Amino acid sequence: MKKTYKIDVDCANCANLMEEAAKATPGVADAVVSFMTLKMKVTFEEGADEAAVMADVLANCKKAEPDCEIYL
Amino acid sequence: MTKKQKTLLYRILVAAVLFVPVYLISEGIVKADLPRWALFCLFLIPYLTVGYDILRKAALGIKNKKVFDECFLMTVATMGAIALGEYGEGVAVMLLYQVGELFQSVAVGKSRRSISALMDIRPDYANVETDDGSLEKVDPDEVEVGTVIVVQPGERIPIDGVVVAGSSALDTAALTGESRPLSISVDDTVLSGSIDMSGVLKVRTTAAFEESTASKILDLVENAAARKSKSETFISKFARIYTPIVCYAALALAVLPPLFLLLTGGSMAGVWRDWLLRACTFLVISCPCAVVISVPLSFFAGLGGASSRGILIKGSNYLETLSKVTTVAFDKTGTITKGNFEVTAVHHSPIEEAALLELAAHAECHSNHPISLSLQRAYGKSLDMNRVTDVEEISGHGITARVDGRTVAVGNERLMNRLGVEFLPCHHVGTVIHVAVDGAYAGHILIRDQLKEHAREAVAALHRLGVKRTVMLTGDRKAVAEQVAREVGITDFKAELLPQDKVAAVEELLSGGKGLAFVGDGINDAPVLSRADIGIAMGALGSDAAIEAADVVLMDDDPLKIAQAIGISRKCLRIVKENIYFALGVKAVCLLLSALGLANMWLAIGADVGVMILAVLNAIRCLFVKRI
Repeated sequence: MKKTYKIDVDCANCANLMEEAAKATPGVADAVVSFMTLKMKVTFEEGADEAAVMADVLANCKKAEPDCEIYL
Repeated sequence: MTKKQKTLLYRILVAAVLFVPVYLISEGIVKADLPRWALFCLFLIPYLTVGYDILRKAALGIKNKKVFDECFLMTVATMGAIALGEYGEGVAVMLLYQVGELFQSVAVGKSRRSISALMDIRPDYANVETDDGSLEKVDPDEVEVGTVIVVQPGERIPIDGVVVAGSSALDTAALTGESRPLSISVDDTVLSGSIDMSGVLKVRTTAAFEESTASKILDLVENAAARKSKSETFISKFARIYTPIVCYAALALAVLPPLFLLLTGGSMAGVWRDWLLRACTFLVISCPCAVVISVPLSFFAGLGGASSRGILIKGSNYLETLSKVTTVAFDKTGTITKGNFEVTAVHHSPIEEAALLELAAHAECHSNHPISLSLQRAYGKSLDMNRVTDVEEISGHGITARVDGRTVAVGNERLMNRLGVEFLPCHHVGTVIHVAVDGAYAGHILIRDQLKEHAREAVAALHRLGVKRTVMLTGDRKAVAEQVAREVGITDFKAELLPQDKVAAVEELLSGGKGLAFVGDGINDAPVLSRADIGIAMGALGSDAAIEAADVVLMDDDPLKIAQAIGISRKCLRIVKENIYFALGVKAVCLLLSALGLANMWLAIGADVGVMILAVLNAIRCLFVKRI
């Protein structure tokens, strides 16, 4: 299952940090952050609860880069 | 400017207004008798106004166990300076650091928006005609394949399709980077993402929105971020190691020299303060922002600049590989030549030319290979598929089929050999299609391809860029290959290759050294495209296999874009290197000066913010790509 979310972040490196944080979140099989389009594409692991996983992703991203936002 | 940036700007302005008079007082330029604590309080107001979010981020970082980042460096340095009584310097550093941040954020936002505006080809709606003749705007996702949609002048074509009524000129710049309008009329294919410039068009859709060109391209652009270049990964690793190291170095600088003096019994007057201040200066200088921000920005701008010229690069790692290309292998048809074959002659045919063409065209009626299409064109009449049965395509040989009950074999010399038919060789240069009817030789058809307009300049441009070897790989006959190679100036060629031979040829070239690019039109090159160090598919609009397999996709089929893509990648990598060496070089010198006590806080923040601004401006240069 793949989903795309709109994000807000200031710099290309911060986008990379968000991507790393999202990838490391349990329940996420893969994540790609495109700074150009300000979007995050998340591939969920089989059977993961998307809403719960995304809440974790957001929390992890905020830890890595406090100045970011994911519009869930 | 975004709301966030505006807020930061106001905070900087307010803090600056509050800061300057207090600073003048503290330096004794303006006479006012204020006690130390009053001065401290007056400095604290601008400090907190401009820097509270940095302090917050540093605190959050400590809480989240990600201690060592820029915010931490700045917080420690400025608080240290203030604690040592250097109020003015501490506040100034925070203020100027924020000016740098604001500048960086605005510059990055601007370039990001200019790139995404170029790539903004997602159509919002499609017009569908309702029963009473009025137009209804619907979500393009809901339009079924085969629906007739209406595109009005000024609108973007939402879904790929074929024109059923109307004619117009299309602006395809967003897709191909080509600024010349494309005129189209009934029966022409139109691609989503292009803009209707003049007339009303009725288009029957041939794909779902998801499968349309615009969606595919956007997908590709959005996923380009997934593949990071070595430099980018290096920088993010570097920052993770570098920042803690400088923190400990600063700590050592603050503690070790005074301890040494203490132990050797030197004079200790003001020594602690002096070295602590040096350590703070050291921290300010060491902030890695310039590199950390400018390197990903350079790649991002490079990819964006390339896509604005119709060159889609699937990731910054390919940008890196592309810059190191030393050998370029080409497919011939569709890459160097137009693939626009024309029948120029029919030789040695015992039956009438027209009858031979009729048989050949029918045998090839199911194929959309350029050669088949040229036969069909030469025949000139519409094909009756019912007359054709038992079509068998033999890869790299040709086609056998039954036409009107007669066995017709159409293909190259290999096919004739395979069928045991004796054939007459052709003395003319071109592609020769032998035909056998009912096992007997029925003559050959000579087909010639035309060179692409810029083929010769493209090869010359590659050689100018320092590409050592250009090789043409083709399934065509040696004489044709030789002639084409000579005409366009390609150094090497391999002819008469079957599709699997092409892979072998590429393997051989790969073993000869690194930096092999393969350029193909992607129709049957997918395995080769993915095997080469970097696969470039050209004229790839509409060919899914090519877009899948290639690392670089050239939207139009101008071969000059190959050299341009390499040029862009080199420029981008050069800028990345410039930034890394420049920023780290300046930092190294300033760090040394600060350790020796020759640099003060003003120089430190100047070096930090100044270097960052220059590096960001330099990185944005990647965006600008000359038109060719």
